[in-house]
Amino acid sequence: MSLFWLILIVLAIAVVGYVLGRARAMSSAGGVRSALHSLPSYYGANVAMKAAVPALLLLIVWLLAQPFYVNSDISAMIPDSAISDGSSRGLVLAEVRRAARGLDNAVAAGAMTEEFARNARADFNDITVRLKEAGQIVTSEITQPVLRAAQRYRVLAAAGNFYMTIAVILVAIVGALWGLRETNAQFRARNTVEKGVRVILIAAASIAILTTIGILLSLVFNTVEFFKLYPAADFFFGLTWSPSFSGRGGSSELGIIPLLWGTFYISFVALAVAVPIGLFAAIYLAEYAGSKVRAVAKPLLEILAGIPTIVYGLFALLTVGPLLLSVFGDNGIGIMKAGTAVMTAGLVMGVMLIPFVSSLSDDIINAVPQAMRDGSYGLGATKSETVKNVILPAALPGIVGAILLAASRAIGETMIVVLGAGAAARLSLNPFEAMTTVTAKIVSQLTGDADFASPVALVAFALGMTLFVVTLGLNIVALYIVRKYREQYD
Amino acid sequence: MTETTLSPEAAEKPAKLPFKSKSLYEVDDLTRKRNAAEKRFKTYGMAAIGVGLFFLFVLAYTIISEGIPAFTKTIVEVEFSLTQEQFDEAEGQLFKTKAYEQIFIGALQGQLQESGVSVPFDATTIERIVGKPGNTIRSFFTANQDKLGGPAAFELAASSRVDGYMNGRVTRENMTDSRFLQKTDLDLVDNLVEAGVIKTVFNWNFITGADSGVDNPGAAGIGASVVGSLFMMLVVLFLSLPIGVAASIYLEEFAPQNRFTDLIEVNISNLAAVPSIVFGILGLAVFIQFMHLPQSAPIVGGLVLTLMTLPTIIISTRASLKAVPPSIRDAALGIGASKMQAIFHHVLPLAMPGILTGTIIGLAQALGETAPLLLIGMVGFVARGYPDGFIAGFTEPNSAMPAQIYTWAARADFAFYEKAWGGIIVLLVFLLTMNIIAIILRRRFERRW
Amino acid sequence: MNEMPNIEQATDMTETKISANKVQVYYGDTHAIKDVDIEIQPRSVTAFIGPSGCGKSTFLRTINRMNDTIDICRVEGSIRIDGEDIYDPKVDPVQLRAKVGMVFQKPNPFPKSIYDNIAYGPRIHGLARNKAELDDIVSSSLQKAGLWEEVKNRLDEPGTGMSGGQQQRLCIARAIAVSPEVILMDEPCSALDPIATAKVEELIDELRENFTIVIVTHSMQQAARVSQRTAFFHLGILVEEGSTQDIFTNPKDKRTQDYITGRFG
Repeated sequence: MSLFWLILIVLAIAVVGYVLGRARAMSSAGGVRSALHSLPSYYGANVAMKAAVPALLLLIVWLLAQPFYVNSDISAMIPDSAISDGSSRGLVLAEVRRAARGLDNAVAAGAMTEEFARNARADFNDITVRLKEAGQIVTSEITQPVLRAAQRYRVLAAAGNFYMTIAVILVAIVGALWGLRETNAQFRARNTVEKGVRVILIAAASIAILTTIGILLSLVFNTVEFFKLYPAADFFFGLTWSPSFSGRGGSSELGIIPLLWGTFYISFVALAVAVPIGLFAAIYLAEYAGSKVRAVAKPLLEILAGIPTIVYGLFALLTVGPLLLSVFGDNGIGIMKAGTAVMTAGLVMGVMLIPFVSSLSDDIINAVPQAMRDGSYGLGATKSETVKNVILPAALPGIVGAILLAASRAIGETMIVVLGAGAAARLSLNPFEAMTTVTAKIVSQLTGDADFASPVALVAFALGMTLFVVTLGLNIVALYIVRKYREQYD
Repeated sequence: MTETTLSPEAAEKPAKLPFKSKSLYEVDDLTRKRNAAEKRFKTYGMAAIGVGLFFLFVLAYTIISEGIPAFTKTIVEVEFSLTQEQFDEAEGQLFKTKAYEQIFIGALQGQLQESGVSVPFDATTIERIVGKPGNTIRSFFTANQDKLGGPAAFELAASSRVDGYMNGRVTRENMTDSRFLQKTDLDLVDNLVEAGVIKTVFNWNFITGADSGVDNPGAAGIGASVVGSLFMMLVVLFLSLPIGVAASIYLEEFAPQNRFTDLIEVNISNLAAVPSIVFGILGLAVFIQFMHLPQSAPIVGGLVLTLMTLPTIIISTRASLKAVPPSIRDAALGIGASKMQAIFHHVLPLAMPGILTGTIIGLAQALGETAPLLLIGMVGFVARGYPDGFIAGFTEPNSAMPAQIYTWAARADFAFYEKAWGGIIVLLVFLLTMNIIAIILRRRFERRW
Repeated sequence: MNEMPNIEQATDMTETKISANKVQVYYGDTHAIKDVDIEIQPRSVTAFIGPSGCGKSTFLRTINRMNDTIDICRVEGSIRIDGEDIYDPKVDPVQLRAKVGMVFQKPNPFPKSIYDNIAYGPRIHGLARNKAELDDIVSSSLQKAGLWEEVKNRLDEPGTGMSGGQQQRLCIARAIAVSPEVILMDEPCSALDPIATAKVEELIDELRENFTIVIVTHSMQQAARVSQRTAFFHLGILVEEGSTQDIFTNPKDKRTQDYITGRFG
């Protein structure tokens, strides 16, 4: 039974519980509404809540816990001898899961019967041949233990799903019965329901924390896994990035320095475009523009921020790149080899960041009290003198915060660099050369055909971790500065 | 300027402060210089705005001019009748499709002569223009033998080079003779255009169709990935709206001032600034690696985008809740409603327009997001058809609009670039519609207290 | 300019620094100031009094064209300083404001050091040729504002770190540093405690020797203490103007009498 149906059944039990709870409350009060402590619908809601919430919670916990149990069980089945040199238990387990999925697909495609797929005594070669015939990818690493483990995996998973269904439905029914039992005219249904709703509200608010934990766990676990296979010092200080997808990436050089260089170079170009333009635009909008100009120009500029990054990526790849190439390429100045380059990505990213810098700075400049301006104008300063000598110094912390936020955006930006910056990792000063970034490499390492458990794929998590730490640091500093600044003038 | 300068001695003794009685009507040199600096500064500001708007204009122009051709296609329309004898004769030959091609060429020549032009051409030219028409014609007549003898009209898709010539991507100047198209073929194309045989029609297939293989840009459509995006947005809407509203209500109305609340707040503001690719890694590791949800499925994409959109929705929802004045809460509490009732019956309905506006804007952001989709496998997947049903729409692998655009942009054939720009137009139309709805909602229901 | 009768009239009198003639101020559609005629004598303190919203501050701000910074504000009529119409298109408001300084209701030192606060005006107006001259201007301005002794050892500290009264005297020193001829003060003591107020009032009295001072005040006592002449505004109209003594002891208009006796305001 699929998950979808299970959820539907639980919800159905809840609905039935609602109707029954409401009816029972009414009958216990002899049909007189006012004899009830709460409105009848609260009695129904109480039953429905007790039926659905624990059951769904159990479902979620089960779904999270089952892979753990299955994995440990399977892991015990695999003798150490089955793990070849240069491999790890994790890699073999991944192999097992793949084989199990292959069996599933083969059964679904009708290439073998369920009976056959489960039969642990089946001839090993026969199964692999049949898998291949069914069009399932079977790598040469599939060995007898792996296949046996895969069969066991399927059995465990099927049993797990079966028991889960039973348990969840049982919990739902018991919950509904419990809710019904306590239903009588004196029962404080509203208070109970409200307490329950409050718990649900807290749970919803906690999702933000869970997301952060999820991000951290998925990054940390895989990063640790990566550092087991590849020395951390080589990763952080290596000057070469040349992943080798063959042979489990044994000969790969995975140094982050060239990627960081590319990331910071492109971000620098982007900020060099966005900061002056954005800042001057903000100054003009805040200090000079009349209300009509402001009403038109501000939203128009902000459209730039609402355009999806894929559009900018395409713009970089197909419009800006060729344009720059025609000027700086072999037909022009001759310092540019291909359309994808630091300059291409940086320029386009700069355009994307203009509204980001300008609207943040605009807010910050507007937060400088009018009294400051009056003081300056009263002394006979011109607008530009006031801006340069009074407003900008006063707004400086806020603007620095805005620029840091923009920098964090630039560092984390993916689509523009994937399409516009090129794929070659290199340490060069020429902005017209192709370079690549942390984000672009996360994409290429995880979307290639690399084995998920190999260092060339796992390195993406270490890159992600680095990216997360850098942007988080920038954000925290920036938000802190901006908040301090706001407090100063509140 | 020296006369206005305070001399040190004068400064020492305030009583002797010199009175300037210079006329205000004369603008002195320094003021003139300062005013020039002022004008320069103002010009920089205007230039900055101008540059920003210029980029916007260039972007809009590029998208429209490059993308519009994706909505049209070039067809070759030929009408002729095939008799039973001709059919039998063609079927009797060894190279059957060749025979039909000859019939087709004959019909084409006839149509050209009708309009009074004659250009010599041969079968290879025709093949370069419409591919191999014989197959289409043969399969039509073998399937509909009753149509034999009567006139039958054929709409054949022109090759992508001819398509390019029609919409200006390929010109006589920039093309080189190749096995795909030769300069001399263009004479024939011109004549066929004049005779009304080759024409440009609206390409419905682009909007409704599914992705084609890498070798057939002409048949590629964005329809299937629009459906993929739609299912993703359904997931996002039905998860992020209730969760976001619940979280905001808790934080805004119930949360006590303690460390747990602070922790949530800090998390929300930081998550709002985490790069989207990191959410992709989260999706890959948690939903696919750990929970074994199907790769490339809209449900996974929807879950990832939900987590990404939640901070945006929570922030805007809290602002809307905050905007409802406390007097409303007091009034409800005053007539004996519980706090929960006061909020769900009075505050929430009043904040709803603002919440919906924020949600739509959050959804629009999620709709255009590409990077996380790359990691959960929605990009590599070629969406060749629509999902089989409602549930399959969530669980079966599919593409999404931005992922489809990226897929096209990454293909080698230049003709796909046009499709990518066209896809962007479709995507932007969706985004624009959503934003306009949000603006209308805001205008319509915005309440000032 | 001889064809203007009011100028001849003005020059006929002993001395007139500022003369306003039929001044109207509009905020959008609101007629905020109606038909104000007033003459202000040099080297004296003139106080504008009246209930809140009567237009006294608005009128004050027309004297150095501070209202120019508000988009919807429109001024009609003429205001002359030393016989020159300050709303003449030839007049640069920047130059005008160097001549007519202003001190505001709330002390608004710039977020800079004390020294830079004072030096700001002289720097933008090019009043000092070198550092030594600038130092002199700063020290003499602080001396004139009676602040020198309090701050001479901490000129590098931020101006925002001082007490409210010190901040306001810093703002006065900042205005003096440009060596204006007129100083406009918009309720300069409303944000200060009584001791700080007394110091500022004392300072105003001293400054009268060299500057023409116009002060808007909410407090009639303050007007009586510091000013030689007083003008009473009500609902955008200049009701009565005369020597402070006359206004407070022998008002001609019923409204003035009601106001100073505390019947409204």
